[in-house]
Amino acid sequence: MSDLGIWAVPLAILGGAIRVSTPFLFVSLGEVLTERSGRINLGLEGTLVFGAMSGYAIAFLTGSPWAGVLAAAAAGAFFGLIHGLICSLPRVNDIAIGIAMMILGMGLAFYFGKPFVQPVAPDLPAISFGWWSDLPQVRAALQVNVLFLIGGVAAFALWWMFRATRVGLIIRVVGDSTDAARAMGLRPALIRTLATAAGGAFAGVGGAYLSLYYPGSWNEGLSSGQGLMAVALVIFARWNPIACFGAALLFGGAGALGPALQSVGVSEGYYLYYAAPYVLTLGVLIATSSPRQAMTGAPGELSITK
Amino acid sequence: MPMHPFTRRGFLRSGAALAGAAAVSPLSMRPAAAAGDLTVGFIYVGPKDDFGYNQAHAEGAAAIKAIEGITVVEEENVAETTDVQKTMESMINFDGASLLFPTSFGYFDPHILEVAPKYPDVRFEHSGGLWSADKHPSNVGSYFGYIGMGQYLNGVAAGHATKTKKIGFVAAKPIPQVLLNINSFLLGARSVDPSITCQVIFTGEWSMAVREAEATNALADGGADVITCHVDGPKVVMETAASRGAFLCGYHADQSPLAPDMYLTGAEWNWAQVYTDMINKTLAGEPIDNFVRGGLADGFIKMSPLGPAVSDASRAQFEATKAEIMKGGFAVIKGPLKDNAGNVIAAEGQAFAETDVTLESMDYLVEGVIGSTS
Amino acid sequence: MGPRLDGSTMTDHGITGGVHSAPFQAWLAPVARRAEAVVLPLMALLVGFAVFSLFLVVQGKSPAEFFGLVYKAGFGTAFSWQNTLSRTAPLLFAALCVALPARLGLVVIGGEGAIVLGGLTAGVLGVALAGLPAALALPVMVAGAAVIGGLWIGTVGALRYFRGVNETIASLLMAYIAIALMNHLVEGPFRDPASLNKPSTAPLTDALRVGDIPGWDVHWGLLVGVVACVFSWALIDRTTWGFAARIAGGNVGAAQVQGLPVGRLILGFTALGGAFAGLAGFFEVTAVHGSANASLASGYGYTGILIAFLARHNPLAIIPVAILLAGFEASSGLVQRRMDLPDATTLVLQGIVFVAILISDTFYGRFRIFAPERWSKP
Repeated sequence: MSDLGIWAVPLAILGGAIRVSTPFLFVSLGEVLTERSGRINLGLEGTLVFGAMSGYAIAFLTGSPWAGVLAAAAAGAFFGLIHGLICSLPRVNDIAIGIAMMILGMGLAFYFGKPFVQPVAPDLPAISFGWWSDLPQVRAALQVNVLFLIGGVAAFALWWMFRATRVGLIIRVVGDSTDAARAMGLRPALIRTLATAAGGAFAGVGGAYLSLYYPGSWNEGLSSGQGLMAVALVIFARWNPIACFGAALLFGGAGALGPALQSVGVSEGYYLYYAAPYVLTLGVLIATSSPRQAMTGAPGELSITK
Repeated sequence: MPMHPFTRRGFLRSGAALAGAAAVSPLSMRPAAAAGDLTVGFIYVGPKDDFGYNQAHAEGAAAIKAIEGITVVEEENVAETTDVQKTMESMINFDGASLLFPTSFGYFDPHILEVAPKYPDVRFEHSGGLWSADKHPSNVGSYFGYIGMGQYLNGVAAGHATKTKKIGFVAAKPIPQVLLNINSFLLGARSVDPSITCQVIFTGEWSMAVREAEATNALADGGADVITCHVDGPKVVMETAASRGAFLCGYHADQSPLAPDMYLTGAEWNWAQVYTDMINKTLAGEPIDNFVRGGLADGFIKMSPLGPAVSDASRAQFEATKAEIMKGGFAVIKGPLKDNAGNVIAAEGQAFAETDVTLESMDYLVEGVIGSTS
Repeated sequence: MGPRLDGSTMTDHGITGGVHSAPFQAWLAPVARRAEAVVLPLMALLVGFAVFSLFLVVQGKSPAEFFGLVYKAGFGTAFSWQNTLSRTAPLLFAALCVALPARLGLVVIGGEGAIVLGGLTAGVLGVALAGLPAALALPVMVAGAAVIGGLWIGTVGALRYFRGVNETIASLLMAYIAIALMNHLVEGPFRDPASLNKPSTAPLTDALRVGDIPGWDVHWGLLVGVVACVFSWALIDRTTWGFAARIAGGNVGAAQVQGLPVGRLILGFTALGGAFAGLAGFFEVTAVHGSANASLASGYGYTGILIAFLARHNPLAIIPVAILLAGFEASSGLVQRRMDLPDATTLVLQGIVFVAILISDTFYGRFRIFAPERWSKP
């Protein structure tokens, strides 16, 4: 194997971006869908973890990783539906419900996930885009999972949906003004509940990626806050699905910095490199926020930006 | 269901059944059992089916359930905070435990040292601690195994298997136990070919799945083609390394089922024997030593069976080295040896045998290890 | 409980009772108004327990055994109480770090960061001041922990006020950064070389260790935490600052129109919350660990979120809620050992109870029994 020297770092960041970003991408797309309808679901970390567990369990029991992905999506939709229904009640705080659903989702996942820690479930397939290169590092970095591609397509599809379709328009109207939506004869609570359920399904799939591809096993320490961070990335991405794709790649790539630097000999202060994604996100948030105007792209009915 | 034997429930149920059988058996011959059952508490810092550190201890606990008159109580995911202090006391107060095995290193100081003086009749046995008579209570003991020897043997197998002459180590934190393992792994490989180097990547956490996978990928990207690790649960490292076509050396427990073709061997704890000895001594009314250490020869550690990828030459040197270690007094760290910053660790003729306690405060990486300790 | 039934009883009373009932009603009205905030969460708690019991029954487990064990290990013996109260202390501070900013409508979920840095500060100062008498060193350590914690969460408030950065996200990001910083410093510059396999700062001298409340196996942090809760309640309920905070929390725009110092309120409340979280770190280091290390990040900050929301951000209510949750956690081990249930059972129970209590928010103002002005209306 050839030694790439310092060039190993950008290559590792590219590879890391592709490998690590997918859960962030799916959860943030789900959250965009939910927040565009005027609700925030802070509980997607719990949905992600439950999706990871149920996806792994079903993949193991059926032998099909895709059955696992479907199960994770269904479980995620169910959690989203519960969140949506509860938040349809008057005076219920959607942020708090999110935190509660996060605890419940993680609790149920750990509770039912015990028997599935040891078994080995089949992995999701990946496509090799690095066949043109002789370098094993390049070929490894361009080993792309199918879910990553689906997520990328979904980002563009959601972007187009919000811009050009009737469904997208309805979600945006509901998200921007409950009164305007009512005046148009729409049922805001119903639409928000459906949007939250769909968002939950996305988050569930993000969890299935963790357990069925990378790192590709189920245990209680599988997620290290990916679901929570993805919610942060939505604000970072200004509720734009394509920007979510970019934000997820950036965050995933920054996460690869720590190991990559150690592998080329920069080994002191590795905790600080591991914190790079958080510092980067905070820095961009500070730089792009404004005290005076509401954030561009923010849905008008969203409780966190009011 | 195929995974049934692995579930907690399976473990606990069989344990309870055995304990029950012992309690009703009128033919119990042991005086200690007749005087009352011994309740033993095991406390784990993580899930006890993690393919790693906690599982190794839980397998030891499972083994002593077979002993007559023994009731085992277990608790997992206990944090190194007030949590573990109160868990120990709860096992004493509610379960009548009189022998405790709080198994995580961080449980020792201050937690065991805080609780032990309050319960002088209870025995606290800690894995990895450095008990010393002038500082610590007499009802506390510490035990550990020379698992660095296992990593040395891992290194021998790795030295034969590597084609790139580069091997990799995913490590949690730069602490003495981990540094000794890294150094032993490289020195074992260098006993095969002195040109081999070892890249180490620290994850900073005992258990963080995605980061362990990224570290493994970074090692593979850097050309390492044999990978081992020292994190609590090696499952992620093993699976990721195998997917990158690297050979594996296991740690803590047997990980060969995860990738049988790529698995060379592994350094495993053999707590079943250690715990059985301690229990038998307790039942016989004999004291347990406060400072217990042992290696391959004493059965404290064992090696996973060699995998199909191990060559005949490798097997021969592995078995020869193992026989050498079994004689006792084997020294991994011996002169002339420098650390990777150029300082002399051991002069010509100087050697630190496996039993040398100074190895338990190791703070360097030897020459040939790429990485730093801070 | 049927609101119509109760309501109509009152109505009958109002009509037939005439003159005699007036003093009785005058006495009852404030009780009824306040009762709503107690009765509704309690009912929700019972509903949550009922749902959780159903969950256990489906698993073939006995709810009676479960709650029996929770009572026994959490509250049933003197040891159980000491177990519960030992776990309560850090939770009180952590919950205040959520509840105080919440009075202004800010959702801060990163108190863990302030706990970790507060603890680190106390540990480092304790080593630096080891030569001084404890009467001098301890106050400096307390102040250091509180100031660092206050600065950390106060920064979240400042980012919110001056830059419009969302405080929920910023505090979460800063918690991750704080933990990384603590790990870096504890394993690097501040590491005691003698702390072999658990990198820590140098151990505090005995004089700088905070001990137990006399006669109890519970450290002083509990008492200080209770005082902090009472102080916070008085601040919110009894001072003009608290009054202004309540207005600003309801509507920032209106508060600014009325000339209230919204910026100072946000900075003050976030910094005070952070200072309390820093104190949690101080007590963890001085009363439990004896040095600062990675065990400081053990999730108290996140449990604090749960407690603050369950207490509806009322500092006095935080005390019983924290004790209740600490009791659940104290009993989780016994439940694990006796009922063969996974440790995550406690998490499931917490989640269900949390959801039930939040749903009860929707019933405020729906029951006439709690609204004296509507008693006499048909």
